[in-house]
Amino acid sequence: MTNGKQKILLALRVNGEVREFACYPNRTLLEVLREDLGLTGTKHGCELGECGTCTILIDNQPILSCLILALECEGREIVTVEGLSPGPGLHPLQEAFGELGAAQCGYCTPGILCTAKALLDRNRRPSRAEIRAALAGNLCRCTGYIKIFEAVELAAERMERPSE
Amino acid sequence: MSQKPYRIVGHSLAKVDGPAKCTGQTKFADDLFLPGMVHAKLHRAPLPHARIVRVDTSEAEKMPGVVAVLTGKELPIPFGILPVSQDEHALCLDRIRFVGDPVAAVAALEEDIAFAAMNRIRVEYEPLKAVMSIQAALDNPEPRIHDYGEEGNIHKKVALEFGDVRHGFAGADEIFVDTFYYEGSTHLALEQHAVVAAPEPDGRLTVWSSTQTPHYVHRALAKVLELPPAYIRVIATPVGGGFGGKSDPFQHEIVAAKLALKIGRPVKICLTREEVFYCHRGRHPVLMSVKTGVKKDGSITAMHFRSVLDGGGYGSYGVASTYYTGALQTVTYRIPHYKFDGVRVFTNKPPCGPKRGHGTPQPRFALEVHLDKIAGHLGLDPAEMRRSQLVPPNSITANHLRIGSMGLGTCIDKVVGGSGWKKKFRRLPRGRGVGIACSSYISGAGLPIYWNRMPHTGVQIKLDRGGGICVFCGQIDIGQGSDSVLAQMVAEILGVDPLTIRLVTGDTDLTPVDLGSYSSRVTLMMGNAAIQAAERARDLVARAVAKQWKLSPSRIVFAAGRVFDTENPDQGMSFAESVQAAEAEFGTIGTVGSYTPPPSPGKYRGAGVGPSPAYSYSAAIAQVEVDPDTGWTQVERIWIAHDCGKCINPMLVTGQVEGSVYMGLGEALMEEQVFRANRNGVHKIPSMLDYKSPTTEDMCEVTTYLIEDPDPNGPFGAKEAGQGPLLPIAPAIANAVFDAVGVRIDEIPITPEKILRALRSPDRRCGPASYPRIPMPEPIRVPLPGTEA
Repeated sequence: MTNGKQKILLALRVNGEVREFACYPNRTLLEVLREDLGLTGTKHGCELGECGTCTILIDNQPILSCLILALECEGREIVTVEGLSPGPGLHPLQEAFGELGAAQCGYCTPGILCTAKALLDRNRRPSRAEIRAALAGNLCRCTGYIKIFEAVELAAERMERPSE
Repeated sequence: MSQKPYRIVGHSLAKVDGPAKCTGQTKFADDLFLPGMVHAKLHRAPLPHARIVRVDTSEAEKMPGVVAVLTGKELPIPFGILPVSQDEHALCLDRIRFVGDPVAAVAALEEDIAFAAMNRIRVEYEPLKAVMSIQAALDNPEPRIHDYGEEGNIHKKVALEFGDVRHGFAGADEIFVDTFYYEGSTHLALEQHAVVAAPEPDGRLTVWSSTQTPHYVHRALAKVLELPPAYIRVIATPVGGGFGGKSDPFQHEIVAAKLALKIGRPVKICLTREEVFYCHRGRHPVLMSVKTGVKKDGSITAMHFRSVLDGGGYGSYGVASTYYTGALQTVTYRIPHYKFDGVRVFTNKPPCGPKRGHGTPQPRFALEVHLDKIAGHLGLDPAEMRRSQLVPPNSITANHLRIGSMGLGTCIDKVVGGSGWKKKFRRLPRGRGVGIACSSYISGAGLPIYWNRMPHTGVQIKLDRGGGICVFCGQIDIGQGSDSVLAQMVAEILGVDPLTIRLVTGDTDLTPVDLGSYSSRVTLMMGNAAIQAAERARDLVARAVAKQWKLSPSRIVFAAGRVFDTENPDQGMSFAESVQAAEAEFGTIGTVGSYTPPPSPGKYRGAGVGPSPAYSYSAAIAQVEVDPDTGWTQVERIWIAHDCGKCINPMLVTGQVEGSVYMGLGEALMEEQVFRANRNGVHKIPSMLDYKSPTTEDMCEVTTYLIEDPDPNGPFGAKEAGQGPLLPIAPAIANAVFDAVGVRIDEIPITPEKILRALRSPDRRCGPASYPRIPMPEPIRVPLPGTEA
C-alpha cells in the first residue's frame, strides 16, 4: 500500500544469486522472499518472532526473517532452505532429516534446517545439549524434537566423514 | 495371524514426502500464488456476546485497492461439522458469540490494504451478558447463546447406564469418589490456516485449503454456496500440523470461495496467529467426577463417571466430544457395570472441538489418577493392580464395544521392566518420583459423521505400461505419514519400490472419498482399501502373466520390481512387462478398493460414539523431579509402550509416539487456552510466546517400546499410533508428582503454583472442590451384552 511511501529498489544476494526488485521499505525479508522472489520454502508461523519457523541464514547466522526488513539485508549473504545445498543434491542435514523422519508435517523443517546448519558450521560435533540449546528458538509441534536431534547428530557424523 | 516376512511393510523406510519437505518444495496452502489473486481479511467481533445492530462497510468499500466486501446477508445458510449442530454462519448474521466471531470480510489487491479496510468496517453491537465458565453457563440460563440444545445454555445432556451400577456398588468393598478438572488447550500447529479459492470461467470453483477433512469442506461449501457439489473441487494441501485443529469446515474457507465467485478472481485468506487462537476447536475444558466401587484386590465392581464440558460458542464436534468423555473408560479395565452422565454447555468463548485424543485425554487423566489413589488406599502396586484388571482380548465391554487384539498387558510389562519401576516406586528420595498410567484409543470411528451406508474410504489404482503405479485416495497427509503408509502398503502387494508409486491425494475431483485425517482412522481404513485395490490389480496382472506362462495364477509372485514363477524363480519378467501383459489381456488396468467398518454390536441411542474396528493400547511411566520449594517440575524421562497392532513403518510409529508424548507433556505441565472474563472475554495469551509449549529444552527423554499385537481388522494387523500415546502422559506425570512430593494435583496443567498450593494445603491436594449439581434425565438403560431380552 502506498500510504505516502514509495517503493525502493533493492538488490539482495540470495542463495548465491543477486536478485533486484522494488519493494516498500517496510517489507520484511520474509515477505520479500516468499512474495517478491517466489522462495516459498521459508515458512511462517507467527510473523512476530516467536516460533522460529521463518529462520533463514544471513552471513551464516540464523535470523528470523519476519523481524528483519529487506532493506537491512543489502550486501549480506542470504541463504534459505532452497539454497542449503549448493548443487542439485541434498545437504547432509536434509538427507538425515528425510531418512530419520525428522520432518513430519515439514512446516517447521526449513527453519530448523537453517538453524542446524549454522550450528554445524561452527561446531562440527555438537553434544545433545548443544543441539537442544541451538534449536531452543524453533518450535516443532509434531516430532517431540527427538528425531530432529538424532538427524542433526547423524548429519554431523556424516559431515565429519564425508566419504562414508 | 501369520507373520509373513514382508519386504516393504514393517520396515523403517524414509518418508515418501521427506525430500520435498526438507528442500522447501512442499506447497502448503499459503505457498500458492495465482495470477490475479487478491487477499481477504475477516472483520472479527471484539465482544464475547452481542446482537449485531448494524454493519457499515461504506468506509472500507471506498478505499483504493478494495475489490469487494462481504457480510453475512450474502451467506445466510448455516453449516457445521455435525448434522445436529448446523449452528455456524460464514459471517455472523445477527449475533456474535465469542471474541473473534467473524462479521464481515473485505478483499483487496494487497494484504495490507485488506487489513486496513477491515479496520474501517464499523459494526454497532448491543452487548449481551457473556457466559465465561461452566458454572456461569449452569447459573445463567438466560440469555441463551443458542436457541437450540437441551435448555438454557446446556447444549447436550447424555445419560447412559450399562447394567446396574447400584447392584455393582452394593457388591464393592470400598467406594471412592474424586473430582478432576482438565483445562482447555489448543493445537498450535505451526502452519496458520490458509485457503485459496479460484473461480473457473464456467462457473465452477477450486478451493485449496489446509484442511484435514476435504470431504466435509466440500459438503459445507456446496451447502452454503448453494452449488452442486460437482461444481466445487476441494484440494487439501499438505497440512502443516493439524492435531484436530483443521477438521472443521471454517468460515474463512467459505468466505474465500464466496468472494472468488463474486469478483471472478482468485482469493487468498491466511489467518494470523492470533486468529488461529480464536478459531481454536481445541481441547474442551472438562470438569469430571468419578465414583468407583472396588474389591480389596482392586477389581472394579461399578463405575459412575460424570463430565461437564465447556464447549465455547458453537457446536463443532461437541456432541461427539461429550460422548467420548464417557466412551472409552471401559476398554482398558474390566468395568462390569457402568454409568455415564455427560453435559456440554455453551459459553462465549471460541468453540472447542477435537484435539489429539478427542474427548478422551480428560477422562483418561481422571480415571488413571483416581485408580492410582485407589491403589494407594488399598495398599496395592498401581502397575500390578492395573495389570490384573485388563479387559480380555476378543471380548465385548459393558457399553457394547468390541475389543479385538489387546496388548496392554505386554505394554505394562515393558514399561515396568524398562523403567526399573519396582526399584523406584515409593523408593526414590523426596523430590523424585515415578508414576504409571495406561490408555486406549480408537483406530477410526466405526460410524461416519453424517449417517450413510457408503464406504468410509476408497482407493483407486492405475497401472501404467511403463511400470508406474498411480494411487488415488482422498486422504491427506498431516505429517503423520499417511502418504508413506499408503505407498508402502501398495508397494508391498505389488512387489515394487515405493518410489515407483505416484500418489494423488485429498482432491475431491480426482480421488475417491476418504472421510479425513481424524479419529486415527487413516492407516486402518485407507490401508484396508489400499490392500483391496492393490490385490485386485495384482490378481489381474498375475492372471495375464500366468496365461502367458501357462501356469496357475497362484504361482505368480511379485517382488523387487519383478514378477516370478514361485516354483521356478528363473522364469520372471519386470513389473512393467507384467503390466503390459495385463493390458494386452484386459485393456487399461485400473482397480478400486473401499472400506467400511464392521457393524458395532451396540444398538442403543448414543452407541455411535466409541465403536472402532480396533483399539490401540498404551502404558507409560513418567519419572519426575519436583522442587518442593518452588514447585518446579522437570519430567526426566517417559517410558512408553504402544500396541499398534503391526508397525507399517516402525520409524513413523516411533515418531507418532514421541510426538504424542511431547504434546501430552505440554498439556500436562504448561498449555492453557484461557480467557479474561473481566476484559470482554479476550484470550489471555494469544501468541506463541505467551502460550507456553515445550521447547527443545523442555522436552523429556523418551524410551519407546513398540508392541505388535496384530488385529484381524487392521491392514497387515495395524492399529492406530497417532493419538493413543498422548493419553497416559498427563496422568502418569500427575501420579509421579504424588510419588515425588506426596501431593495430588487433580487439575491439568500441573503448574508449580498448584504444586506449592497443594504442599501448603491441609489435604495436600489442588483440584476442584466439588462437582456441580446438574439435573439429569433418566438414563437410557442398556442391558449388558449377552443379557438382552
